[in-house]
Amino acid sequence: MSADLISKPTGKNASGRVYHRPEDDHHHAGGATMVGFFIYLMSDALIFASLFAAYGVLSRNYAGGPSPREIFELPLVALNTGLLLASSITFGIGMQAMVAGNVRGVIRWLIITGILGAAFVGVELHEFSGLIAEGATPQRSGFLSAFFTLVATHGTHVTFGIIWLVTLVFQLNKRGLTPDNTRRILCLSMFWHFLDIIWIGVFTFVYLFGAMR
Amino acid sequence: MQDTSTISAVFGRLSLDSVPIHVPIIVGTFAGVAALGIIVVAALTYFRLWGYLWKEWFTSVDHKKIGIMYLVLGIIMLLRGFADAIMMRAQQAIAFNGSEGFLPPEHYDQLFTAHGTIMIFFVAIPLVVGIVNFVMPLQIGARDVAFPYLNNLSFWLTVAGAILVMMSLFIGEFARTGWLSYAPLAETAFSPDSGVDYYLWSLEIAGIGTTLSGVNMIATIIKMRAPGMTMMKMPVFVWTALCSNILVVAIFPALTVAFFLLILDRYLGTAFFTNDNGGSPMLYWNMVWMWGHPEVYVLILPAFGIYSDITSTFTGKRLFGYTSMVYATAVITILSYIVWLHHFFTMGSGANVNAFFGIATMVIAIPTGAKVFNWLFTMYRGEIRFELPMMWVVAFMLTFVVGGMTGVLMAIPPADFVLHNSLFLVAHFHNVIIGGVVFGLFAGMTYWFPKAFGFKMNEFWGKVAFWGWVIGYWVAWTPIYFVGLMGTTRRINHFDDPTLQPFFIVAAIGVAIILVGILGFVMSIVMGIVQRDKTRDTSGDPWGARTLEWSTTSPPPEYNFAVTPIVYDLDAWQDMKEHGYKHPKDGFVAIHMPKNTATGIYLSGLAVALGFGMIWYMWWLAAISFAAILVIAIAHTFNYNREYSIPVDTVARNESRRDAQAAARI
Repeated sequence: MSADLISKPTGKNASGRVYHRPEDDHHHAGGATMVGFFIYLMSDALIFASLFAAYGVLSRNYAGGPSPREIFELPLVALNTGLLLASSITFGIGMQAMVAGNVRGVIRWLIITGILGAAFVGVELHEFSGLIAEGATPQRSGFLSAFFTLVATHGTHVTFGIIWLVTLVFQLNKRGLTPDNTRRILCLSMFWHFLDIIWIGVFTFVYLFGAMR
Repeated sequence: MQDTSTISAVFGRLSLDSVPIHVPIIVGTFAGVAALGIIVVAALTYFRLWGYLWKEWFTSVDHKKIGIMYLVLGIIMLLRGFADAIMMRAQQAIAFNGSEGFLPPEHYDQLFTAHGTIMIFFVAIPLVVGIVNFVMPLQIGARDVAFPYLNNLSFWLTVAGAILVMMSLFIGEFARTGWLSYAPLAETAFSPDSGVDYYLWSLEIAGIGTTLSGVNMIATIIKMRAPGMTMMKMPVFVWTALCSNILVVAIFPALTVAFFLLILDRYLGTAFFTNDNGGSPMLYWNMVWMWGHPEVYVLILPAFGIYSDITSTFTGKRLFGYTSMVYATAVITILSYIVWLHHFFTMGSGANVNAFFGIATMVIAIPTGAKVFNWLFTMYRGEIRFELPMMWVVAFMLTFVVGGMTGVLMAIPPADFVLHNSLFLVAHFHNVIIGGVVFGLFAGMTYWFPKAFGFKMNEFWGKVAFWGWVIGYWVAWTPIYFVGLMGTTRRINHFDDPTLQPFFIVAAIGVAIILVGILGFVMSIVMGIVQRDKTRDTSGDPWGARTLEWSTTSPPPEYNFAVTPIVYDLDAWQDMKEHGYKHPKDGFVAIHMPKNTATGIYLSGLAVALGFGMIWYMWWLAAISFAAILVIAIAHTFNYNREYSIPVDTVARNESRRDAQAAARI
């Protein structure tokens, strides 16, 4: 170490200031991932905000087609909401297993979470096919276009979350809880809970308010 | 019958008729572009540069190289966008007295659409993102951005969008709907051909790249500043880059959704923006301008940052009013989000709504005015050196203030009812974008060029570029202000009133002078390279500047800083110089850097194929490309070995060579 310039930052030398200090040998940017992913989620939140806004503008434009009260089946939606909320709980249990360093536990709870997510998507597709069979297609009216797009965009996000989850299970199985994998689990967890929050918005503003109309 | 269905399954709606061989202008352009392309490819092959380009540039995750590639993309697309401008100006200068000019309306409409789309999305954005990419990590004392691979992907996605736009020139046609493709005109009912689809897919793909780049830059500024650099010690350019990228992340989702919904309308027949079935065309306008207005601040804020850094460097003074500059930037960031409706006061949303948006718009002039006064007070009693970057700053202040004034004028709703969609508006936004953004980008490119390449741009040709642009701007746009005020509307193919012709002839002369400016700029790079030994920068600080990027070599080593600097002052490098800073001679450690990757190129190539497949209804191509994108993106996550180490010896050897060079100069 060069004595005058690379030393402890506390000691002031002749020039009064120390412009470098000894460096950590391993210096990399992993710490920015959580911040970066959070910012990405915020931009995704604005995607949903825009879709909610479009739904808000178009939600009464039935164009002579069906209104929400006529087509929403709340028991089915309640089941779906239950599945997705339960999947957030199971993911949380998986996170506890991660903190405990238990790879098997993480994998087990991730798989359960994935199954609940797949069931959610399955129920949603069932709901959609029923609506389309009744003639309430996305093409029918502005209201239905906005409804299908908002709900299906959420469903597509859940589907991609499941793909990510399956990928992660393979990686955990192969490499265990390395720092890289731990970081990925944390990101996926944020993503998954984020989708849960969006769904609560969909459930409230689209289904409940719609059924009251 | 069997045959046609097979052909349409393979080629969708693409047929030989889609290639416009009957339009001489396009055939001529194609011949020119093809000849140039063959020459470039042949030269690269002859000099065996493909491997070098691939290894050192295309797959690079180095923020400096990605920044330079963004700038190259922006300059190439500037030439394309400017070619459109010349043709429009020529058309409008001659299309009088019964003459319909040389451009039929359907071609002219594609030109003004392509001109606007290209200039904003593929010139201004890449140039701004490129300068931020190159400069910002150096200014905060970082070795790279937070997500180097993502940075490479963002760049190539932008290129993918540009490729799709360029393809539309020769296969099919571009949109004829204006640069924001308003609904309902852009709906299938009124624009059934491939033009709007080219527009939508190219901008969706490029927009994803820009959004990801925004996320990356924010994370970099938040997490990777050198020790001691608190938020209020960041150079103004870093502040403006931060605010600009926060805006990017906040607004691009609205554009992505607006385009996505229009895609659904066009491909699936939904009813978002249609006239019938309960659609709402004005919803599209609102969403698009919720992106569109903040977007101009995405572009201008980093330009303000460039002016700030240059002004304090070339006056040899600390920037006047740093704190107010930061707050003005933040206030503009927030206000820019609540003014979008002034783009369509004529929508009929009522006096109160219009008054709110009109007042909010006028209020933006206050922080902007504060900035102008800060620059003026920085110059006041400074030792101003009128080198090229500083000349651009002065030209900017003189030009931009006029554009700002006409903007405030149009922010008054009753005045806007008269001026809406007139050439006055067109002159206004060219005034602020050329006088603000473009001048700033030229200032920035001239200023940081020696940092990037180790020698300056040629000064004589730089001055040609400067005077060409400044005089050309005023000659081209002053008459347009006049005819706009007299009531001429925009996007007119030919005119009935012969008294307007002199104005358009003057404007055409102006665009010819700007052409001199553009050629001067290209020449100042070429002659800069030719005469590089005369202007070689061995000190790393050729302008006597004040911020951290000038404390390392020109060009900087791949790791930027051998040892991370500690920051005590806003003008960190000036502070180091004043305290007799000496470059460290030993004590280096091995540096870990991210490895290059080609995944970004592969994904973007597939994005082009996906877009092309969707545009021409070649569903098999779109499906295969989409599946391949998923597979490659997932496969990429299985690669855990992404870093390599630069050994201590190499770092020490680099640094001692640098010291030797600096000593030789003295």
